[in-house]
Amino acid sequence: MTLPARPLRFVRGHQTVTLESAPPDAMLLDWLREQGQYGTREGCAEGDCGACTVVLGELHDGQLQLRAVNSCIRLLSSVDGCAVFTIEDVARTDGSLHPAQQAMLECHGSQCGFCTPGFVMSLFALYHEAGAAAPPGCIGRLQAQQAVSGNLCRCTGYRPILQAAQTMHSHAPQFLDTEALAARLRALQSPLGQRIDHDGRTTWRPASLPQALRCRADQPQAQVVAGTTDVGLWINKLHQQPSQVIDLSAAPDMARIEERGDAVRIGAAARLTDAFAALVRHYPDLAGFLSRFAGQTVRNAATLGGNIANGSPIGDSMPMLIALDASLTLASVRGVRELPLETFFTGYRRTLLAADELISEVVIPLPRPGQVVRAYKLSKRFEDDISAVCFVVSIRCEAGHIDAVRIGVGGMAATPMRAARTERALLGQPWTLATMRAAADVARQEFSPISDMRATAEYRREAIGNLLIRLWHELETDEPVLRELAR
Amino acid sequence: MNTPPAAQGADRPLPAEDRHLGTITGQSVAHESARAHITGEAQYVDDIALLEGSLHAAPVMSPVAHGHLRGIDASAALALPGVIAVVTAADVPGDGCFATPAHDEPILATGQVLHVGQVVALVVATSHRLALRAARLVTCDITPLPAILSIEDAMAQQAYVLPPVRLQRGDAQAAIDASPCTLAGEFRIGGQEHFYLEGQIAYAIGQEQQGWVVHVSSQHPGEIQHWIAHALALPQHAVQVQCRRMGGGFGGKETQAGHVAVWAALAAHKTGHPVKMRLDRDDDFMITGKRHNYLYRYTVGFEPDGLLNGLQLMMASQCGFSADLSGPVNDRSVFHADNAYYLANVDIESLRCRTNTQSNTAFRGFGGPQGVIAIETILGDIAHTLGLDPLDVRQRNLYGEAPRNVTHYGMELEDNIAPQLIAQLARDSDYRARRESVAAWNAAHPLLKRGLAITPVKFGISFTATQFNQAGALVSVYTDGSVLVNHGGTEMGQGLHTKVCQVVADELGVPLARVRISASDTARVPNASATAASAGTDLNGRAAQAAARTVRERLASFVAGRDGVQPDAVRLAGGQVHSPSGVRRFEDVVREAYAARVQLWSDGFYRTPKIHYDKQTLSGRPFYYFAYGAACVEVALDVLTGESRVMAVDILHDVGRSINPAIDIGQIEGAFVQGMGWLTTEELVWNERGLLTTHAPSTYKIPTSGDVPEHFTVALWPEANPESNLFGSKAVGEPPFMLGIAVYEAIREAVASVDGVRVSVAPCTPAVLLAALNEPRGRSDD
Repeated sequence: MTLPARPLRFVRGHQTVTLESAPPDAMLLDWLREQGQYGTREGCAEGDCGACTVVLGELHDGQLQLRAVNSCIRLLSSVDGCAVFTIEDVARTDGSLHPAQQAMLECHGSQCGFCTPGFVMSLFALYHEAGAAAPPGCIGRLQAQQAVSGNLCRCTGYRPILQAAQTMHSHAPQFLDTEALAARLRALQSPLGQRIDHDGRTTWRPASLPQALRCRADQPQAQVVAGTTDVGLWINKLHQQPSQVIDLSAAPDMARIEERGDAVRIGAAARLTDAFAALVRHYPDLAGFLSRFAGQTVRNAATLGGNIANGSPIGDSMPMLIALDASLTLASVRGVRELPLETFFTGYRRTLLAADELISEVVIPLPRPGQVVRAYKLSKRFEDDISAVCFVVSIRCEAGHIDAVRIGVGGMAATPMRAARTERALLGQPWTLATMRAAADVARQEFSPISDMRATAEYRREAIGNLLIRLWHELETDEPVLRELAR
Repeated sequence: MNTPPAAQGADRPLPAEDRHLGTITGQSVAHESARAHITGEAQYVDDIALLEGSLHAAPVMSPVAHGHLRGIDASAALALPGVIAVVTAADVPGDGCFATPAHDEPILATGQVLHVGQVVALVVATSHRLALRAARLVTCDITPLPAILSIEDAMAQQAYVLPPVRLQRGDAQAAIDASPCTLAGEFRIGGQEHFYLEGQIAYAIGQEQQGWVVHVSSQHPGEIQHWIAHALALPQHAVQVQCRRMGGGFGGKETQAGHVAVWAALAAHKTGHPVKMRLDRDDDFMITGKRHNYLYRYTVGFEPDGLLNGLQLMMASQCGFSADLSGPVNDRSVFHADNAYYLANVDIESLRCRTNTQSNTAFRGFGGPQGVIAIETILGDIAHTLGLDPLDVRQRNLYGEAPRNVTHYGMELEDNIAPQLIAQLARDSDYRARRESVAAWNAAHPLLKRGLAITPVKFGISFTATQFNQAGALVSVYTDGSVLVNHGGTEMGQGLHTKVCQVVADELGVPLARVRISASDTARVPNASATAASAGTDLNGRAAQAAARTVRERLASFVAGRDGVQPDAVRLAGGQVHSPSGVRRFEDVVREAYAARVQLWSDGFYRTPKIHYDKQTLSGRPFYYFAYGAACVEVALDVLTGESRVMAVDILHDVGRSINPAIDIGQIEGAFVQGMGWLTTEELVWNERGLLTTHAPSTYKIPTSGDVPEHFTVALWPEANPESNLFGSKAVGEPPFMLGIAVYEAIREAVASVDGVRVSVAPCTPAVLLAALNEPRGRSDD
């Protein structure tokens, strides 16, 4: 399918910017800086420090949604149809400061200042998410922390920044005309999809799943992207230069989240922020775990399908989805097939996805009566880190015996795995500490993890067994949990 | 945050010049660039609009830790359209080594490579991204040689970048032998990457007549001037180096910024174009030095109450492939191995180990933290052995009355406030009661433990190399009454420029908004020392104060002459000049003084008094004064996973009489969190080939906001600096970094609550802690 060639159009400030074309690997950050807008900065070029944070205004079911993202790993072409807010757009035109800026100023929230615009942008998104009219005190400390979880500061120790976030609503409100902006963005949308050619290289931006499947069939060699939170690193760090890119971020039907029958079906291109919100509605015990998946800026860009298709052994969504007995819908122009997620991975970063297929949906069964789910992530840093060990258990007891159990693990093998032997050691056994201890020994033997910069193999083996003990205590005794104690 | 107690001048009167704070000095005014920071307007080197024709350089790095470098093949890189040149050692017009005292670092490797990441060549191209990509196409022909990758290997081979140093007082061996209790142990503390948010960067622009202007993110523009001149075989006056601000430094842009600046200048020299070199974050990790990691071995003799009798301490640091600043860094470890405690009989051996890794360098504390943590660890171990409260053991060993008031390097302690300060913090933080409740908690909870600790810091202020303790400044008053200040210090976020502006504004009696600071510039103030050793404000603030005072005195004399009064009857305040004959606006006086040909600008100079130090005997008074502080930290530990969390922090810290409490508190909080990161999440991992595998924020974890506890108080000690120092203030940049050691001791306490397990490794990652917990007793699953 040939999508119509169309220039890039997006909103900056009060203007619609039109770019005739852009290379398929051009990043938003580089473009901004080429325009002489130097307030958005590169600290790491991999979406881990937040110095490059900008806020994207996107239409979501017709409504404007403001979200902070990392511009260093954001394809320039992907902001077509969006509003891009950078630090240069935040202060009022008369030069007076935005409440987020005013609060940062009064709280002494900057020292070297390099990371500061990124923090301000995260606070800007938080401010408008809460609403300019929201009362002082509407932002709690935890919410503030979450909002800046993708922003690193090496100078301040964060206390004044969190204080700024919590006090910014006490300043004179600054309203954003969301209706006008939404109308402006609506005018930029097209159901026909978009092709951006640049020196013999092409970015395909299908506007629907059928268009996407046709593109995929026609260009099986193309790099498929959605949030580019990982492919962005291949471009920036490995210096890959894809000549054909299929970007799924403009296909609303691929980002749909719906409840049908006894399952919640999450479109592959749904942002993690949205996908996790849907999951937490049904599985509230996963909230803490999911809030530790990368940082907020990455969750605002990354997609559930991307995390799965990427097939990394340390992606945190997969152990959880395996434990929840999720399945995938794989689609192509040839048709659709469904398979259990746990069978999808065939080796290190290898999957069953055919050259013309895309993951279209992740299907997650709704909780069953008596089902208990717990998820554990072990990492050096509590927030915005990659798991050394990820361990998710779904378990149900009936009459004192374990009558259903599924365990997904990450960081223990070349792919995300189901801990089948450990499950067998648990199934049908009495729900006792002795059972868990025996199963812990099985779990420690079930995998042969490696030692790397995240943890030693010994640690991974030891800890995975201990997490079964932890699970039992968490469910059976009133022994507190570290993360709750620390809050 | 607590409101700091009102600063006051204690018992001893301050010198006249420091006695009276003005209306601006002492106030929590915002950082001079705060508005520019939060609007994104603040300019860093990468934000300078490039001159037409500017090119970009990227490094070609050795993939081998040690080997013969037989040659490189750059043909694939040069074949890419837009690649302009490849620069090698053969292109260096001057000396092939950086102008370091040890003369042991080639500008570009030649003949041999000495660590993975050593820069072998530069690729120059029309864009940053292209240069990076092309650099990866250059291949090195290297015959590998055996590499030294650990402190132990270096010790076994006696491979040192500098000779071992030994400092002894009394007879440690005899004191240990005669002690009723002894203990011996070994522990290791990891290094730390600076992780300044702005990576290393320089932009070199050739000028007429072989001149250069170089913009660089540097704590030491003067040294970069020296290095570039040396590399290009030019006199230093041909090179002008500027830095408006850094996006963080922390010691990482003291010497290490020089490399990038010299490379940019070399590439510009070869190509005839301006060249910008900005290290990619991963390359920055691979190339630049970090905080030294240390291995310690000790034997200590003590009384049953924990009083130290004798200590033998071996401190071996991983210096990397060259000396860099390892000499003074390790010296400072030796000087701070006492921290706040009297060591009657002590024998310290300091080994400066040469390894085939990045050349470790200055990092906030400059070896001090590695000395302080040694004695804190040992005292913690002693308390544990004796079953005593570690705070009791610490307090028992503090410096006190003569003869317990002389450091192991022969400096008499004249300003020891540690005993009072620690006692105050213990009261304010309710330490004793909390210690009991922690013990009760631990007895009741098998899986989740708590730990509580107070540790102090006493940190010596001054460069140990006496010559660096000098500074210059220029204060210029323009005819409209606006003021421009320039001094030898650099701004990296620490608020130096803000404090200097406050001091100058008060000296001239003008509102702060009248005073602007210009970029640090070698053409304005020559031969400036590095902005380091926490001494930036002490040195440059005094120099700027002297310069402003000269201008003020000239204006006062001028007005006195007009009015027929004594000059000291003329007062400058609030933007006005007050004379017994009347009040004039500052700008009016300035205009009239200009017309009367009064010099409206002046330099100022300062050198720290009293200090002296004998490098051979490691004795004397290397420090003008000490800064003190203490932190009380509570942590929680998950025994099943080894995860830990900091739960509560209370800090009492001594900044003397604060010039800017908000900035000082910001320094204290930031330093504490950085110190906490050093000992908890920030782990540097090299693989068996000497490749650093934690080389980006995805793998190297500095603290996030989620690691900072809600209960986090900072109070300032209310007394002024008894030494004559700017308004009775004290240095603040480095000392509070060591407050993070309380996190380490609190974690060790929490772990020790499980069958007496001792942790002897930092950073305390979950893997480290779980391994320690499992060591003596098998599985941790009860």
